[in-house]
Amino acid sequence: MNKSIRLIARLDIKGPNLIKGVHLEGLRVMGDPQEFARRYYEQGADELLYVDVVASLYGRSKLTEIVRHAAHDVFVPLTVAGGIRSVDDVTDLLSAGADKVAINTAAIRRPELISEIARRFGAQCMVLSIEAKRRKDGRWEAYTDCGREMSGLDAVEWARRGVALGAGEVLVTSIDKEGTRKGFDVELTREISDAVNVPVIASGGYGHIDHLLDVVERGKADAVAIADSLHYKRTTLDQVRAEAKAHGVVMRTV
Amino acid sequence: MNSKVTLVDYGIGNIYSVRRAFETAGADVLLTGLPTDIVTAERLVLPGVGAFADCMGGLRERGLIEPLLQYAATGRPLLGICVGMQMLATTSEEFGEHAGLGLVPGRVVAVPSVDIEGQALKIPHIGWTALRRPTDVSWQQSPLADTCEGESVYVVHSYALQPVDPAHRLADCEYGGHRICAAVRRDRIFGCQFHPEKSGLAGLRMIARFLSS
Repeated sequence: MNKSIRLIARLDIKGPNLIKGVHLEGLRVMGDPQEFARRYYEQGADELLYVDVVASLYGRSKLTEIVRHAAHDVFVPLTVAGGIRSVDDVTDLLSAGADKVAINTAAIRRPELISEIARRFGAQCMVLSIEAKRRKDGRWEAYTDCGREMSGLDAVEWARRGVALGAGEVLVTSIDKEGTRKGFDVELTREISDAVNVPVIASGGYGHIDHLLDVVERGKADAVAIADSLHYKRTTLDQVRAEAKAHGVVMRTV
Repeated sequence: MNSKVTLVDYGIGNIYSVRRAFETAGADVLLTGLPTDIVTAERLVLPGVGAFADCMGGLRERGLIEPLLQYAATGRPLLGICVGMQMLATTSEEFGEHAGLGLVPGRVVAVPSVDIEGQALKIPHIGWTALRRPTDVSWQQSPLADTCEGESVYVVHSYALQPVDPAHRLADCEYGGHRICAAVRRDRIFGCQFHPEKSGLAGLRMIARFLSS
């Protein structure tokens, strides 16, 4: 009676391009997002997660067209993150084919936004996105603006608060681990998963199947987002799924 | 010639994906919020996400409840998706007591937040779940006619319909050891708690089956 773990392909977008970076700095253009989206859908992605990595800096989410293009032919859930600041932004994205929105900066700046979105569209639509870095005291700091600004918030406490305000899911990205392929921040994921009663998606650091097994088993993640390893074709989603299942992780059979 | 499908637009959720999935499966889709279009539909799809009361309220505000009931009385095919399935019920207990359309007798109740061993369950129930056929139920003459036992579909819900009549229970899924109703059928009225438009090829196959009903 183990829960079924989701495999999510994460696509980081800058303008019209799929990009990849390490520690959210040093971006490299990988190509056309639609080509990658189709490939991951065909490989059996359980969901797709689009992240506009420069939206907060320029103040506006431009992902709508990319999302609409994907939703035209890709029939798994789509989550969109990056620069979403208002209920109107969410309306636009949902009408383009997004199912969920993940919000970080705007939610920290104005936490009531979480409640407004959950109330209007349902908690299942409102994913709280937390990007965190270890502090010297061993706790984690939540960052805004694509990992650039410290918020002054303890990431785990903020997760608790965000869920109390209405978030139906939490997306946890470790800034320290993202792009390193050295594993997820398992302790961070575990603390957040223990702190909230909604599903938790772990993001940032996948490099090897052991990382997935660890973040699911010890980290209590309900879903795992993978970017780097997929975009650089070090693995495929079918491979990850087969390896995970071989180790006893429950996942759907595609 | 393509099958005609009328998709009820009442301002709720990601309707684009529902439309695209039906088009991909070969339908001519009419997206409409007009009562006359609903009553005269050949095949009707009722989507829905978010809170039950908000969805019923959306239908009520647009004067769509009577037309839906009139349509249902014709015996032509109707498919309710997610909260669209829940609204087929008699009542829902989400955020208070709310009346549904009463087309599939039953009550919409909260998904348990504790598994059968007493451990906490994450709510909403989000993810892919395997469909199970209840004993003595046939999937023939339903959107699940081409579906294999154990095939996975995508759900996201905190509430689920419990049909009064076991014969209306078309498919189950499991969460935390609990049996959850995943689909209902009463004559040609169908409901699926899961999202066929978000369940990849398995979902598209179900949609195609609904189109040929």
